[in-house]
Amino acid sequence: MNDSGPPAVETRRLSKDFGGRRALRSVDLRVRESESLTIFGPNGSGKTTLIKILATIVRPTGGAVTVAGFSLPQDALDVRRRIGVVTHQNYLYDELTCCENLTFYGRMYRVQDLPDRIRTVIAQVGLEARLHDRVRTLSNGMQRRMAIARAVLHNPSVLLLDEPEVGLDEHAVNLLEDLLARLNDGRRTVIMTTHNLERGLRMSDRVAVLVDGRIVYQEARAALDVERLRGTYAQLAGARA
Amino acid sequence: MKDYFAGIMAVLWKDVLSELRTKDILLSVFVFSLLSLVIFSFALRTDRATVAVIAPGVLWAAFAFSGILALNRAFATEREKGSLEGLVITPVPRDVIYFGKMLGVLLFMLAAEIVLLPVFVVLFNVPLDVPRLLLIIFLATLGFASVGTVFSAIAVNTRSREIMLPVLFLPVVVPVIISAVEASARVMAGEPWDNLSVWLQVLVAFDVIFVVVSSLVFEYVLEE
Repeated sequence: MNDSGPPAVETRRLSKDFGGRRALRSVDLRVRESESLTIFGPNGSGKTTLIKILATIVRPTGGAVTVAGFSLPQDALDVRRRIGVVTHQNYLYDELTCCENLTFYGRMYRVQDLPDRIRTVIAQVGLEARLHDRVRTLSNGMQRRMAIARAVLHNPSVLLLDEPEVGLDEHAVNLLEDLLARLNDGRRTVIMTTHNLERGLRMSDRVAVLVDGRIVYQEARAALDVERLRGTYAQLAGARA
Repeated sequence: MKDYFAGIMAVLWKDVLSELRTKDILLSVFVFSLLSLVIFSFALRTDRATVAVIAPGVLWAAFAFSGILALNRAFATEREKGSLEGLVITPVPRDVIYFGKMLGVLLFMLAAEIVLLPVFVVLFNVPLDVPRLLLIIFLATLGFASVGTVFSAIAVNTRSREIMLPVLFLPVVVPVIISAVEASARVMAGEPWDNLSVWLQVLVAFDVIFVVVSSLVFEYVLEE
């Protein structure tokens, strides 16, 4: 982790309104280069909105956001080149093969030596044997692994994961966790949201809790264990109810 | 500039490949147009002179309504699988996505229309100057696809999208339909170039306006 350099992701007084509803309220977040941050929060707390703003899908209503040194929404194209995004949806085309999906995204991201890069990422996610199969023939777990291959195809410096384990069985989630641990080789900044406290803690350098659109808690993993996190989270999320 | 066109071609390649496998758009446009032409040909059994008057309107009514089906499917894959967000986060200017999607719609509509043209000739027994009619079909379909792609992207995020698209889109595209009908009528009547040039100019003017404006506003359409 680079403690002295500029933050890979920074939000200052970030807010987002949807009509009359405030989804994010003055969120201040600073994630260092190569750091892994996991954000916990109850449903409707604003986790997905935060990820969507960082992913340039949604414009913030107020505040400042920088990703990989570029400001949003002004430098959205520069940010898009440097981020990889995995959400509940895989962003894959069912009728195309894995290879064709990766070729399409590779062309959109202008990936150099695309055939070689496709072979590398498909091997990383363990789907070499399914390279020429249509995506709709893959299981949910395999499709999520393909989504990760798509997200890292252009070698992004920032990886945004919004509840990547949703809809997967325990075995598939374990495979996904192994895969993400291997891909998070200390060179990427990772921001992940999840409801699973144990897994989220295990996979991060730091955790944050988002409740009612506010970051209400942040702590380094080294200072936490699962039981303490569970108690703190129950208190914070419970206070909201 | 090379990257710009490579992006457009990537979107087009993806859409053509998906369509060749599902045939959703091609089949729906072709079958709907075919059925429309058959129904009109039986419903409007009349003398030759009247057929010459109504045939251009019938042709463009069939193409226009089947075109709505094509446009309804234009963002269907993206909508159903949530891939629109995946497309939105790619590092290309928004007009690259617009032109890629628009060219796909244009290609699928033109393919279905060209196949249907001989059917129209047989059913309505009208003489055709094929090169001139193909020019009109191309210009009118370009106008259709250019503005329709934008409205399709707007409607895809609404609840009653199948209803919203024609309600929003048809009033805007009326000048294109009128020009296409008028120009086609003159071609079918065997009139010289001079008589239809004004309608071709109107079509070209609307195409230019629609393509330019649509590519500019598409960025805002994609934004949440």
